[in-house]
Amino acid sequence: MDYRNTLTTCTYCGCGCNFFLESLDGRLTGTIPCKTAPVNEGKLCIKGWNVHQFVQSEKRLTRPLMRKNGELVEVSWDEALDFAVSGLKAVKEGTGPDAVGFLTSAKVTNEENYLMQKFARAGVGTNNIDHCARL
Amino acid sequence: MIDRVKQKINELLSGGSVKGVVALANANGHVAPCLFQKGDDLQHLSLGDRETSGDARYPLNKVLTTIARQYPDDVFGVLVRGCDERGLHILFRLNQLVADKVVPIGISCPETLALQCECKKPWPDDMTAGEKSEGVAQKRVEAAEARDMKQRFDYWVDQFSKCIKCYGCRDICPMCFCRECSLECEDLVSKGDLPVDIPVFHLTRAMHMADRCIDCGLCEEACPADIPLRLLYKKTSKIMNTEFGFTSGMNKNETSPLSMMGPAPKK
Repeated sequence: MDYRNTLTTCTYCGCGCNFFLESLDGRLTGTIPCKTAPVNEGKLCIKGWNVHQFVQSEKRLTRPLMRKNGELVEVSWDEALDFAVSGLKAVKEGTGPDAVGFLTSAKVTNEENYLMQKFARAGVGTNNIDHCARL
Repeated sequence: MIDRVKQKINELLSGGSVKGVVALANANGHVAPCLFQKGDDLQHLSLGDRETSGDARYPLNKVLTTIARQYPDDVFGVLVRGCDERGLHILFRLNQLVADKVVPIGISCPETLALQCECKKPWPDDMTAGEKSEGVAQKRVEAAEARDMKQRFDYWVDQFSKCIKCYGCRDICPMCFCRECSLECEDLVSKGDLPVDIPVFHLTRAMHMADRCIDCGLCEEACPADIPLRLLYKKTSKIMNTEFGFTSGMNKNETSPLSMMGPAPKK
């Protein structure tokens, strides 16, 4: 019998609400907002309250998908990344780096957002960077 | 008080009379619900008091219900205050927990918490630690009733219009366990729309809480819009008491007047 409450931060937006993910024998059973967390003080929005439902959802994508002949098929990470790289390179070389735009997210960490803008600016050579919180 | 609780939990666990004890623990600088099992260190046990008494309370009966559904043959201890004990009585009555499989570890609430909650009975009958403080008069309800109907109506429409439909009041509620919830029934509550259906959403919940609410106050504490939900349910509870002489969870084997058919039973 393994009942746990794991303290974590909501991934849905940039507010950073804290909650406990409640698990019993490895399966998530609930979300409990953390009362002593300064950001949300024991409160959540409807998305936060339901985080436990998506984490282990069977509908969740676990492998990259590529559309081939009109259908989405599972491919390896290498194949998916190679395809993305060749597409980005083709646009950059054909039309210039400013033909590429980068949209990042509040759902990821500061460090990941930093890497994204670094890749956009230093890797591709454009300042076309925006963020889902502004959409 | 906490030492007496630790001693009791130790006795229960080491004697093997319970499989585990649902309580609270300090972890990562916060307080969280925890299942203590044999051999676990009770050093981190918490009674849910951080800066003020009871400010880190969590719905332990809800945790217990989740665990007991998975392990129906095992006996569990659970840390209870007065409100939680009332909750246990109702959960037994509604067949969500089995009385023989639950060992309550009762603690009383200090006067400060009782006053803040305006709690009618801030202690459990089965008390392991603490001292009884007095039951408190329902001044919030009296103040609300002192206004005229027009003011009261406008007040509640204003309050309900703040709702962001997070469903937190239902999700935190230790007495909410239905697999299908009326608040998700699209004939009653429109899906994905704001403002919330006024007054259907909150009054439907108030009706469903009428014979269940134990006045623990967790809903009001979880409400991001600061809607005075506890006041609403206290008023509902008062109507139940005035009309039927019923206070939910106060008497162990009392049947809810809402689940009786036919004429009122003789008093």
